[in-house]
Amino acid sequence: MATPTTLDKLEADSTTSHLITVTFRVRRFNPEVAAEASWQDFQLEIDPKERVLDGLHKIKWDQDGSLTFRRSCAHGICGSDAMRINGKNRLACKTLIKDLNPSKPITVEPIKGLTVLKDLVVDMDPFFQAYRDVMPFLITKGNEPTRERLQTAEDRERFDDTTKCILCAACTSSCPVFWNDGQYFGPAAIVNAHRFIFDSRDEAGEQRLEILNDKDGVWRCRTTFNCTDACPRGIEVTKAIQEVKRALITRRY
Amino acid sequence: MPAGTLYRGREGMWSWVAHRVTGVLIFFFLFVHVLDTALVRVSPEAYDDVVATYKTPVVNVMEYGLVAAILFHALNGLRVVAVDFWSKGARYQKQMLWTVVAIWVVLMAGAFYPVLQHTLRTLFGS
Repeated sequence: MATPTTLDKLEADSTTSHLITVTFRVRRFNPEVAAEASWQDFQLEIDPKERVLDGLHKIKWDQDGSLTFRRSCAHGICGSDAMRINGKNRLACKTLIKDLNPSKPITVEPIKGLTVLKDLVVDMDPFFQAYRDVMPFLITKGNEPTRERLQTAEDRERFDDTTKCILCAACTSSCPVFWNDGQYFGPAAIVNAHRFIFDSRDEAGEQRLEILNDKDGVWRCRTTFNCTDACPRGIEVTKAIQEVKRALITRRY
Repeated sequence: MPAGTLYRGREGMWSWVAHRVTGVLIFFFLFVHVLDTALVRVSPEAYDDVVATYKTPVVNVMEYGLVAAILFHALNGLRVVAVDFWSKGARYQKQMLWTVVAIWVVLMAGAFYPVLQHTLRTLFGS
């Protein structure tokens, strides 16, 4: 029969034994302190089944409250915490420590191609401006119907993949073309244009195609597939861009 | 923006980098090639003199490098065309890249002796 002391000991063992020590190597930038960004290492005890976001929380809550990053829902839907973890764009809230080789330091950087404001927070304005430029809303002509606009299952299926976008910017900020020239619309804007261009209920496909026919539109895409690899929602981004390119050539959509 | 680590892209990104690098190398070759061929207009002797300086093992190895660059650029170019124009191209881009690499390896092995035979003969006897 276990005495209370051994139970306590067991409990203590079971809560500590599965924790591992990992190093978070975080790219820090504070324009009020230094003009240059620098790396800072944090050691923490963490369950390998926890996420990178949990690690960042531990750092912010227990070690350094000045660490700045965005997160909202923390469950892969709001798209706030896209960052570059071990060199790749991912959502911190969907990346488990155990999937990252925790024996080595885990590098955490802000996403590339957008101006860093502080630590992991970047200026998302150019990203959302490109999104607004493709008119990501239903445009129709004529009178509004008295009931909902019906659509066949096949017509809905046509653009199903691109409805999944959460606007986290993981794709756009993984694109080498976007890094070099922020004028490029970027994968996310094209994905959201695709969502309406191929929607049978929408009637502004022609206008959106003209917008993307611009020199900073779809033709800048070099099919590096970084966007497809980075998308936390598994959208086949490059395929969507290629479909818009083909729609521009054939005018069939 | 301060530099961080290198972005860890996958096959698609590195094939694009290789496509760029080989494209630039081929451009430099064409630049030199147009200049030395234009020497014929200066005088056939000047052309012969310049081309005679190319007959070294180093230039021969560079020729083999040129074959490598052009083969990769051409084969990967077909892959990029397929990605854009074939409806399933984006989904099979990795398989197409490995096909390109396989064909490239076979053709490079086949070109080894024909391109380098002069150097092999001068370095290792008849």
